[in-house]
Amino acid sequence: MIGFLSYNAQWVLLSTLLLGMASGLIGTLSYWKRQSLMSDTLSHAALPGVIFGFLVAGSKNMPLMLIGAAISALLGAWLISWITSSTRVKEDAAMGIILSVFFGLGIMLLTYVNRMPGGGQSGLDNFIFGQAASMVSNDVKWLCVLAAVVICIVGLLYKEWKLFLFDSAFAQGLGLSIRWMNAIYTAVLVLVIVIGIQAVGVILMAALLIIPAVSARYWTQSFRLVLILSAAIGGLSGMLGTFVSTLGSGWPTGPFIVIAASSIFIVSLTFGTSKGLLVVYIQRQHQRKQVIIAAQQRRVERGQ
Amino acid sequence: MSYTGWILLTASLVGLSCGLVGVLLILRRMAMMADAISHTVLLGIVVAYLVTQQLSGVHMLIGATVAGLVTALLIQWFHQVGVQQEASIGIVFTTLFAIGVILIATKVGNAHLDVKHTLMGEITFIPWEKVNVPLLGEIPEAVVILLFVLLVVLFFVVAFYKEWKLTSFDPIFAASIGIPVTLMHYVFMSLVSLTSVAAFDAVGAIMVIAMLITPAAAAYLWTDKLYMMLILSSLFGVLSAFMGYYGAVWLDTSISGAMAFATGIIFAISFLIAPRYGIIAKCRKIQVAQD
Repeated sequence: MIGFLSYNAQWVLLSTLLLGMASGLIGTLSYWKRQSLMSDTLSHAALPGVIFGFLVAGSKNMPLMLIGAAISALLGAWLISWITSSTRVKEDAAMGIILSVFFGLGIMLLTYVNRMPGGGQSGLDNFIFGQAASMVSNDVKWLCVLAAVVICIVGLLYKEWKLFLFDSAFAQGLGLSIRWMNAIYTAVLVLVIVIGIQAVGVILMAALLIIPAVSARYWTQSFRLVLILSAAIGGLSGMLGTFVSTLGSGWPTGPFIVIAASSIFIVSLTFGTSKGLLVVYIQRQHQRKQVIIAAQQRRVERGQ
Repeated sequence: MSYTGWILLTASLVGLSCGLVGVLLILRRMAMMADAISHTVLLGIVVAYLVTQQLSGVHMLIGATVAGLVTALLIQWFHQVGVQQEASIGIVFTTLFAIGVILIATKVGNAHLDVKHTLMGEITFIPWEKVNVPLLGEIPEAVVILLFVLLVVLFFVVAFYKEWKLTSFDPIFAASIGIPVTLMHYVFMSLVSLTSVAAFDAVGAIMVIAMLITPAAAAYLWTDKLYMMLILSSLFGVLSAFMGYYGAVWLDTSISGAMAFATGIIFAISFLIAPRYGIIAKCRKIQVAQD
């Protein structure tokens, strides 16, 4: 499957594999923090930053655009926490506001850029639905390095994450700073979003963060295994989706990655060994049978 | 009516219906549900197109309302089998939206139905797609649909005002005195999808979310009365439609993007100066307490 692809395509596949793994890992953390939709909001909020970076650089300058994306996503995160902490507007509404207003601003800027002379060819539209094929090999190498950094941060701080997520009071007692852990978490989340938006697009990036983690939960209860499995599912969906999207010309990558991930989710939901629908059904049948047997036995005993 | 007049009327109608529905969304803490439904409406429209092979308003309205209800049901079902509510929303809408985008990209993509349209809408084309309505003469189709949706929304909100109030603020009490809370939930979800689809065709998905959530959240900062909140929220919706349109003309940019941004400006102003719940009022209160 890999052999006949061009050199560039192989790099693109590698980068979506690493991206999927990184977002599978971070997605697990978000799932346990019950912040799945925060990733959706922040990826939408990254759009104006990308375009602004383009405007500042005057050309498609990847590092500058990614820095812009990171800044606007962080600004969005900060505004959400400011709105929820200082007014009675709830978190879901605050996320909806930031998501739509930032995205609206992004569309304004995007339309403006597209109307500039030569702006229509900038390929900025690709950031909305993702176009892995549009990545040049220099971008791809950067993305690989950044994704590897994310994977390392999650791997090296494994014990700290576990404490932070499951027993933050105890973690504080041990001298772990919750504020710092939250800051690192947000930073890593934004980093994954930023490196993902070119391949998956700002609208569907959230799916790659949410779906692998939820799917992994249906196979195991152990946090370590969920992390590993979620990374594997994320990587697999990233690669599969990218591969399928290269089969047709102009097919967007993001939606295919999402479909790959949700197919894995459906399989996990149905056949998962831990709380999968089939297992639960069989267990219920088994229990029912035992109850009937027990009742019969009792009746027999009473009869004697 | 002039070209600009039709556009402003369309956007104001969107602002009115979304403003009304949005208030209930905020109070029921279902803002992200609106995010989900406004995305999956796309799939409903594409499927309606594939089945009927035409782009007529009525088919799309039906297709999209069904898609919205399916979204609500699926989210509920995944939640019941053990997925967190938030994650369940995230899975359902991204998947259905992705299917919609793929169908457009591979099968039905044409001049009328392209991916960009779904996000930004094509409000600039609305004044040209006119239909003949008895008594009123030539009216853009979108205006007719939006008027119809506004009437439906207005009817449901006014007719069941007390029930909405009870089920939004105290669902347990509402259930105890015999109000069908679950039925109300699905009626409400249908209203959200009906509003989303009518607005979606005119102004695009993102603008729908902005109009549904932001004006209502801004109104929430100004008042404690439900009827007042409904009025304010719709007014803010209309105001952002006007601000957005003239802003977009001035900057020569996307109209629906600018309208979404305008709702943000109104929220930011409310956030600062609203009496009692605004930032400045709060700071002053703290100062008074310190003195």
